[in-house]
Amino acid sequence: MGKITKQDVEYVSGLAHLTLDEETKERLVGELSEILGYMEKLNELDTSNIEPTMHALEMTNVYREDKVQPSLDRETALMNAPDSDGEYFLVPKILDTE
Amino acid sequence: MSAESYAWTAHEIRDAVTSGAVSARAVAESYLARIEACDQKVQAYVDVWAESALAQADAVDARLARGEDVGPLAGVPVGLKDLFCTKQGFTTCCSKILKGYRSPFDATVVERLADAGAVFLGKLNMDEFAMGSSTENSAVQVTRNPWNLACVPGGSSGGSAAAVAADECAFALGSDTGGSIRQPAACCGCVGLKPTYGRVSRYGLVAFASSLDQVGPLTKDVEDCALAMNVLSGRDERDSTSADLPVGDFTAALRPDAKGLRIGLPKEYFTDALGADMREKIEAAVSALEGQGAEVVEVSLPHTEYAVAVYYIICTAEASANLARFDGVRYGHRAAAAADVEELYRRTKTEGFGPEVQRRILLGTYVLSSGYYDAYYSKAQRVRSLIRKDFLDAFEQCDVIVGPTSPTPAFRLGEKTADPLEMYLSDIYTISINLAGIPAMSMPCGLTESGLPAGLQIMGKPFDEATILRVGYAYEQNRGLDMGRPAVA
Amino acid sequence: MEYEAVIGMEVHVELNTDSKVFCGCSTDFDAPPNTNVCPVCLGMPGVLPVINRMAVEYSVAAGLALGCTISRWSKMDRKNYFYPDLAKNYQISQYDLPLTYDGSLEIEVDGVRKRIGITRAHLEEDTARNTHSLGGGVSGVDFNRSGVALLEIVSEPDIRSAAEAFAYLTALKQILQYLGVSDCNMEEGSLRAEANISLRPVGATEFGTKTEVKNVASFSGTQRAIEYEIARQRAILEEGGAVLQETRGWDADRGVTVSQRSKESAHDYRYFPEPDLVPLAVDEAWEATIRETLPELPQARRDRFMEQYGLPAYDTGVLTADRAMADYFEAVVEAGAEPKQAGNWVMGDLQKLLADGDVPIGECRVEPDGLAAMIGLIDKGVISGKIAKDVLAEMFATGKAPGTVVEQRGLVQISDADELAEVARAVIEANPGPAGDYRGGKKNALGFLVGQMMKATKGKANPKLANELLQHELEKG
Ligand SMILES: [Mg+2]
Ligand SMILES: [Zn+2]
Repeated sequence: MGKITKQDVEYVSGLAHLTLDEETKERLVGELSEILGYMEKLNELDTSNIEPTMHALEMTNVYREDKVQPSLDRETALMNAPDSDGEYFLVPKILDTE
Repeated sequence: MSAESYAWTAHEIRDAVTSGAVSARAVAESYLARIEACDQKVQAYVDVWAESALAQADAVDARLARGEDVGPLAGVPVGLKDLFCTKQGFTTCCSKILKGYRSPFDATVVERLADAGAVFLGKLNMDEFAMGSSTENSAVQVTRNPWNLACVPGGSSGGSAAAVAADECAFALGSDTGGSIRQPAACCGCVGLKPTYGRVSRYGLVAFASSLDQVGPLTKDVEDCALAMNVLSGRDERDSTSADLPVGDFTAALRPDAKGLRIGLPKEYFTDALGADMREKIEAAVSALEGQGAEVVEVSLPHTEYAVAVYYIICTAEASANLARFDGVRYGHRAAAAADVEELYRRTKTEGFGPEVQRRILLGTYVLSSGYYDAYYSKAQRVRSLIRKDFLDAFEQCDVIVGPTSPTPAFRLGEKTADPLEMYLSDIYTISINLAGIPAMSMPCGLTESGLPAGLQIMGKPFDEATILRVGYAYEQNRGLDMGRPAVA
Repeated sequence: MEYEAVIGMEVHVELNTDSKVFCGCSTDFDAPPNTNVCPVCLGMPGVLPVINRMAVEYSVAAGLALGCTISRWSKMDRKNYFYPDLAKNYQISQYDLPLTYDGSLEIEVDGVRKRIGITRAHLEEDTARNTHSLGGGVSGVDFNRSGVALLEIVSEPDIRSAAEAFAYLTALKQILQYLGVSDCNMEEGSLRAEANISLRPVGATEFGTKTEVKNVASFSGTQRAIEYEIARQRAILEEGGAVLQETRGWDADRGVTVSQRSKESAHDYRYFPEPDLVPLAVDEAWEATIRETLPELPQARRDRFMEQYGLPAYDTGVLTADRAMADYFEAVVEAGAEPKQAGNWVMGDLQKLLADGDVPIGECRVEPDGLAAMIGLIDKGVISGKIAKDVLAEMFATGKAPGTVVEQRGLVQISDADELAEVARAVIEANPGPAGDYRGGKKNALGFLVGQMMKATKGKANPKLANELLQHELEKG
């Protein structure tokens, strides 16, 4: 763990799909460094023999049965769509195919 | 009992409506008038549902007239934090990115309240996506503390706490990821309970940090809190993390004494960080409980000092994924005229999320990113185990743990927004509880010298909300202080 | 320098559950766009996933059939990336604790059997489907497929040729279809295969730089794409060049792979445990219950068919290619038919009728005992093998029993020697030329005369008897 750099902020904002202006980047370098620096406190603890806690609740095997339930009608499904042709959610043309 | 039903508690309203002493419509009208009179100052509501509230109240009255069952919250006017999904109105999490969003379904807790006969008054202000401790991060408006309009109501359920304190609803629903029910309850002099993780369904609660979030009530007194918990609790097949455990009747467990109960005082909570004024109030409350027959023991929660670091790693990591879905494709804000999908995402998110949300998304993305997972996220999960174990060990020696809810009373608007770390550190007493998954309640224990409420926090064993409520009730019935109500209108 | 190909396969199959993996929406493939969707599979705010038990059981069944170890403790994770087909902008998948791992699959190429290691098979959710054909500079997103249960099966880099890859896919598909856990329909996208291909000098132990080939619509296409890619990489290496690590798509029309996106923008998926789901703990008892439901698997069945029924390897291969076909064959034998004969009818005429009518064997109107009865009629000399073909066709079309068809259409073979002798005499009389030829020593003229006898009896003459009687009549006169 070390001090966060402007490159780190740019890398992370790329992953998060946020666009930051220069001033914001500078501010975040300071803020995130301070916060991450504070988090180095955790290195005081030896946790090599400690299991991680994913859930505070110790539960396993919660399932639903394979039964079909009613879906939304399409009008409702598309109700909040910023752009739609009544059938599909529309986005700017995707060129790169995954 | 005051003539104005807006001043009544939920159980008083329910009794009066059920017995026919007052109509549900009259109660709803009283609350709507109160909102009309106060909310310009308090700014708790982001949306008031006057018309439908009256219709729901009329429906309760009609069922009563037909002699039908009206439910345990018959005619009780309720406010909802704006992150509960409701078919009615909008569900925005007080974020620009969800402006105008209409949920196609009701949250499980909303359904349960409706089935119990509650009347919904509208949606309440909050920190955007529940990220904050002052409600100043709302993209909609600034809510003020009814006890002092120059002060914050706490957060993130600040609108909920302010509305209850100002009698603008009989009780409100909030959510608590790191203290977001208890801290504003303390700031506004309400009772606020964060149940055990898994006690109340999260289905329809817009997620902030999924392994920490819990839904809970903010109420005027402990009995109302127990009443609300009766309705809210229990397994929901739509939430895999909701516990399949018996709920029982929380109101039946209330007794006006604390005989035979052992109360643990964690030494790590009574340090210099706790203001002298606040400390005095907590100690007086503990004395009052001793007077009611409780035995006081000192306990230790040795990893308390690591909680803030653990919490801000886990909650931001989970949030970074939970908030990824707000991308302008299926719902919510979409940036205009984006040339391609990449630009659409970037501009939509950058325009739609406020600065604190962006900061937390970036922090959470960072701690999960390649090469840092072990140092931050995995490490935090392990320390989380230690924090949880601290509590379970302490509960070997006591039935509940008692301490302050926050180190200081409500601060002034704008006072702390400049420094995020300082803001995060003010959650010191509340966040370990979410990390451990245990239940805890904040309730008022007097006014500090500044005239603002102090909050007493009572923490319980997993799924033992009943004992928390019993201790709280014993204290409330015997605390020997009259805080009065804030004079808003 | 001699190079060898090192190939690993990643196969995604949609599991055959009725509802999606985390919500109750139907998995129906044919539904109009965005009609099998709900708040959960649209990733709307406030929703939570609840896992489909059947999807877990199907995954475990597949794992067991592939010889995998079943994790006693497993969990779902979030895989974070942004794409318009991904409702939540993370995919619920499995990272470090897959449901099943460490198995293998036997393949056979040119009579040589070989085991391909299976690294893991894990459960995840499918994505939505994007359509680029709407025009107007937009793409459309259909979330019907979003959240359909997917099993991702990852092989070890044990595959050395395109033919082995083809055999691997064929064997895998066969096993999954035997289990009934997936349709494995590549056209509908319920099976999608990607190949990771690299070359290295023969004898080397380190891996070369790999490319990932995807978007292939058939097994044979995959084979061709791999062949192409091996040749392409070999040419680069032989010229002293370096293979670029990238994803390449298969252009079936041109028969080439094309670069899609270089891996420089390497994904940083930020996996972490899915907090909305609790761990999956498949204990020994549950595993045993699932194991009990497993059918006999294709390879075991082939071996048994050869052993038990004495069938040749080719026949067993055809008969076991499809579980329902193999079940059908065994039912015919069970009903009393001789295995080799039963096999010939199933693989031959019946298979053709099914294919021509596009009828799945499960919907075949010829019951196994009906086919066995029909074979019995041939054995008993009631009908000829030739007539039997027509009988089967009618059984197939109408569902009637063979006896009924034979009776209603008067197809009983004429085995009455007096009656046939009369026909033989008439045929000789009417065809003096060929009869003369025969008597003159041209023995193959007999064939024509037998044909005439069959024609005269509308095919009902017992061919063996007709032959004998004709010879007798010709030689006597
Ligand atoms: Mg995958
Ligand atoms: Zn769905």
